[in-house]
Amino acid sequence: MTLTSKALLFMAALTLAACQNPDRYGSGAGGPGDGTGAGGYIDTTGLGDPNDPRSIAYFNQTVGDRVLFAVDQSTLSPEARTVLQGQANWLAQNPAYAIIIEGHADEQGTRDYNLALGARRAAAVQSFLVSQGVGSDRMRTISYGKERPIEVCSTEACYSKNRRAVTVLSVGAGA
Amino acid sequence: MRPAIRILSAVLAMALAALSVAPALAQDPPRIDITIGVIDPMPFAAPVFVDEGGAGDMARNLSRVVISDLVGTGLFGEIPEDAHISRVSSFDGGVAFEDWRAVNARVLITGAVSVAGDRITVKFRAYDVVNGTAIEGAALQFAGTTAGWRRMAHKVADVVYSKITGEGGYFDSRVVFVSESGPKNARAKRLAVMDYDGANVQYLTDSAAIVLAPRFSPAGDRILYTSYESGFPRITLMDVGSLERRALDEQPGTMTFAPRFSPDGSTVVFSLERGGNSDIYALNIRSGALSQLTNAPSIETAPSFSPDGSQIVFESDRSGQPQIYVMPASGGEGRRVSGGEGRYGTPVWSPRGDLIAFTKQNAGRFHIGVMRTDGSEERLLTASFLDEGPTWSPNGRVIMFTRETSGAGGQATLWSVDISGRNLKQIPTEGPASDPAWSPLLP
Repeated sequence: MTLTSKALLFMAALTLAACQNPDRYGSGAGGPGDGTGAGGYIDTTGLGDPNDPRSIAYFNQTVGDRVLFAVDQSTLSPEARTVLQGQANWLAQNPAYAIIIEGHADEQGTRDYNLALGARRAAAVQSFLVSQGVGSDRMRTISYGKERPIEVCSTEACYSKNRRAVTVLSVGAGA
Repeated sequence: MRPAIRILSAVLAMALAALSVAPALAQDPPRIDITIGVIDPMPFAAPVFVDEGGAGDMARNLSRVVISDLVGTGLFGEIPEDAHISRVSSFDGGVAFEDWRAVNARVLITGAVSVAGDRITVKFRAYDVVNGTAIEGAALQFAGTTAGWRRMAHKVADVVYSKITGEGGYFDSRVVFVSESGPKNARAKRLAVMDYDGANVQYLTDSAAIVLAPRFSPAGDRILYTSYESGFPRITLMDVGSLERRALDEQPGTMTFAPRFSPDGSTVVFSLERGGNSDIYALNIRSGALSQLTNAPSIETAPSFSPDGSQIVFESDRSGQPQIYVMPASGGEGRRVSGGEGRYGTPVWSPRGDLIAFTKQNAGRFHIGVMRTDGSEERLLTASFLDEGPTWSPNGRVIMFTRETSGAGGQATLWSVDISGRNLKQIPTEGPASDPAWSPLLP
């Protein structure tokens, strides 16, 4: 790790430690610097060097921070399990990170139902990670229902990417 | 900022006094049965209310709101001012019925307004033009402050509507909703309230945190909603007067959402999610006592009390897809009431107790519909890319809901429709808006 990326990571840690609020979407006009790099309004600074295998950027881009679901489903596909196995391995080697698992739904469905469905998806990921040895005390889940699509078109091409659970890292496990 | 409801109730200490009208037996009183849907609106004339001193523009403005309320129902048709033969220059000066018959008015509404300082007095009478008689009970006098002038107009229209349809009124009411801005993938949301017709908008929160699905208390003095203010979705209670708010249930590791009041306002029913599973709970607001009403591995959400408080209608996907169930207010398995094709959600019991409104998703379309409380006689009232979240007017005859358009530029707007399926129309709002919830009729 370079000094620069360490400094960036430290700054990100300070930002996040000061902010107990896991809602990285905030007002919808920019959130704390722990974004995944996949959303239009999520700040991607402070994630470290994507070539540094211990950085959040590496986790997001190389390990893969998200898994996708079929319509109305919260079961994990074989592909999803592979991604989550990779996440579990990475998290075992990087125990300093706390984890928020976000569950999301596409816009086909009512607000209430999609909130519940997003929670199911987040919980499915959490259960799998626990089964792979990730400490449950490091993880929390949150559902955004259909409130925060990553893609904005109204076709299956977008819906399939919006039916997701995203593993969001921050520094300070057990803090 | 002090929100409108408190101000209005404070300033609008209304003196309701029936004016003396000549007793008359109408042979064939004007009558609208709104349950069958009206094809020909009842023609009425409402000449500008007489200025009895200091009213100025207020007389015309007030008349226009009365007319707007009645025409907006789709049940009444205004005979425009330029067609009038008669002028009404004196409230007590008698009515030239032949002149109103000549322009085919069935109903005539006359009124008078006087203003002294910030005090306003409004009186009105409605006439059966065909029989040349005053409509019994449709004559009132109100006094209040000028700030509440629109409410006085709504009161006038409510009385006329009520006398002619035999239904309760709904114009003097408010709607709490979510005001939206920003792009679809970063939508900013804030709570707002407005009059039922979109006027007098006031914001109750800023847009720092996502807020969803507000609901009025039975007295209209409190609002329940779901807020991400803590970072996690939490049901939150707001006092409309003070804007003070507090999260109602904060068990770590859980999410709470979809709250609604019991008819007596003492209890909140809502969904509580733990470990990915959502069930319905009831919370006594005062004591904090929490009871679990459903216990199933499926999603149970969107609870809504029957108006007598004895039953709760809710949504569950225990059958494999979302359907509507009814259970005792004390909880239990519930019996399924929705039976058609497709997915059913967001059931809301009518304030009259006779119907359940719902969102239905079928074959790629969303609908607002109503069914009897046993699930029979389902009727779909709307269809679009995305209609959801019905809320009942205080008289149980009109439904407001969210309609969202598709695609990257998709936006939410508020619409209303009669339970007959007629009179579908958009509610004017300053910007995109969603999740309306109707207040009770104001006092």
